[in-house]
Amino acid sequence: MEKVIERMMEVRWHSRAGQGAVTAAETLAATALREGKHVQAFPEFGPERMGAPLRAFNRISPRPIRIHGVVEEANVVIVVDSSLLGAVPVDANVAPDGVILSNTTKSVAEVRRILTLNGQKLACLDATQIAVDCFGMQKPNTPMLGAIARVTGLVALDTLLVEVEEIFSKKFPPKVVEGNIKAVQRAYQEVSYE
Amino acid sequence: MTKTQKSKDNLIQNPKSKIQNRKVVILSGNNAVANALRQVDPHVYPGYPITPSTKIMETVAEFIANGKMQCEMVAVESEHSAMSAAVGAAAGGARVASATAANGLAFMWEVLYIASGSHLPIVLAIGNRALSAPINGFADHGESMGSRDAGWIQFYSESVQEAYDNIIQAFRIGEDSRVRLPVMVCLDGFLLTHTSENITMQGDDEVTDFVGPYHAEFSLLDPDKPVSHGLSDPPSYYMEHKMRQQAGMEKAREVIEEVGAEYGKRFGRPYGLVDPYCMDDAETAIIILGSEAGRVKGVVDKMREAGKKVGALRLRTVRPFPDEQIVRQLLGLKAVAIMDRSYAPGAVGAPMFQEVRSALYDYRDSAPPIVNRIYGLGGRELRNADVRNIFAELDALADGDATVPVIQMVGLRGEPAPTWEEMRPLETPIAVAAKRGK
Repeated sequence: MEKVIERMMEVRWHSRAGQGAVTAAETLAATALREGKHVQAFPEFGPERMGAPLRAFNRISPRPIRIHGVVEEANVVIVVDSSLLGAVPVDANVAPDGVILSNTTKSVAEVRRILTLNGQKLACLDATQIAVDCFGMQKPNTPMLGAIARVTGLVALDTLLVEVEEIFSKKFPPKVVEGNIKAVQRAYQEVSYE
Repeated sequence: MTKTQKSKDNLIQNPKSKIQNRKVVILSGNNAVANALRQVDPHVYPGYPITPSTKIMETVAEFIANGKMQCEMVAVESEHSAMSAAVGAAAGGARVASATAANGLAFMWEVLYIASGSHLPIVLAIGNRALSAPINGFADHGESMGSRDAGWIQFYSESVQEAYDNIIQAFRIGEDSRVRLPVMVCLDGFLLTHTSENITMQGDDEVTDFVGPYHAEFSLLDPDKPVSHGLSDPPSYYMEHKMRQQAGMEKAREVIEEVGAEYGKRFGRPYGLVDPYCMDDAETAIIILGSEAGRVKGVVDKMREAGKKVGALRLRTVRPFPDEQIVRQLLGLKAVAIMDRSYAPGAVGAPMFQEVRSALYDYRDSAPPIVNRIYGLGGRELRNADVRNIFAELDALADGDATVPVIQMVGLRGEPAPTWEEMRPLETPIAVAAKRGK
């Protein structure tokens, strides 16, 4: 499903404060930058409380990005915490040809019943389980990035693997780095969508 | 440089885009300002942190701790002291920078005048944020607009790239012997301070070379040329000193253009006092400053695709006020809206509206009708639809529709906001329109 991005794509992340979604958004931006794209990454501007629903945003474009501020209509919505499905309006303000990608143990058909979609694609992945299997931590962000590469084509898998390796090598021992790379690859393979 | 050190600089580098020693990196506005300060490496940074510009001071402190800057950081107990220390250091001949926002700038107030009145070219980054009350941490030009008459040169940045570029140019402009005035570089809180974007960062040597060394013309610490600073100035001299400040501001016009042109020649990004966009054949236009100019330009592009002759004029400086450039761009247009991200209760419109309208007075026979749209106070979201609505109102105004309100807030909850005219007890909108000859 990889495709070349020809227009500005706007991404909205739904997460809980403390889960690292802002860092994940920055990793996605850094990966796109490696591919020579123009990028933005920013958190929702508001008081932050650990565990509270939080939004973060990306803009990725082949051309310079002039607009600033909150994304009005997202092309890609990423739900990092499955408890947000049905709790916050993750299905609001999504472009008609957009895609929602959720971390969940549920199937695509089950999640479809929770959300109100108007033709948007839906993709599901048990990213938390992949994270636990691959590097023993309940941190779904790296597998989510792998799924994003597959489902949206915003970045290529190869570039993402290089970026993840570089970022994780700075802070973690080789075993954790390898685990995260494996998680990206597994997520890329396992994400299901329709 | 080890990988660990690189990560401490908060740089994410695109290896494909290395041109000599420049690099394309992802930086937030705060990080970009801190990196520009690292490259300029001023002698002294007196600071007191405040949201949303805290990260500037934090990052500068980190650079100093890691030996990447020789700068002396003076941690003080308040913004009033920060600016006082800045004045002291600058009077001693040092190159000085700091950063603040909102109430922090307000607390610097009296010392802002001492810096400018003493001709001390301090560079101050402002992470624009609303003044309390009600307490609010978000983008708003109220604090820097309030200090527009404090004798400082003021830049308003459209992007993270421009915030970085403006900081570097600010030293050259403020320190120029024709100017010798302090400079504020404003960047919208959160919209720029906390937004990470790809920017081109020049090489350290390129920046050092562009800015050059600083030799204060009148330093307290120069025994060969003894001077005094901060003396009592009697009525018999005070006005002459005020006139000298104005002379510096007037000269700053050409210095800003010169430095902006040289910056463009060297680094490929030229700057002037104003930034006209699609203005050549525009019939209606919006004047705006700061980060939302990008949104207006985007709407202009879309409307141009549909054949509408619209344009945007971004003001890069507010002090000195680019009146000539504005007049030149506006004459011949059919209708213009000034968008202010600040307001002045009890005044006739917000600051930029007042000044643009005043600049047009000498050309009133050929000047277009102008309206004021106040937006984004306390970080209120501006939407593309708001901008399109304003252009629609300008069309009506150009067609002679006298019911288009002159001054109004946009983006309020619920019903359309009452206009300034409607809130006034004695004058109806029609009476005001009649006064305008419509």
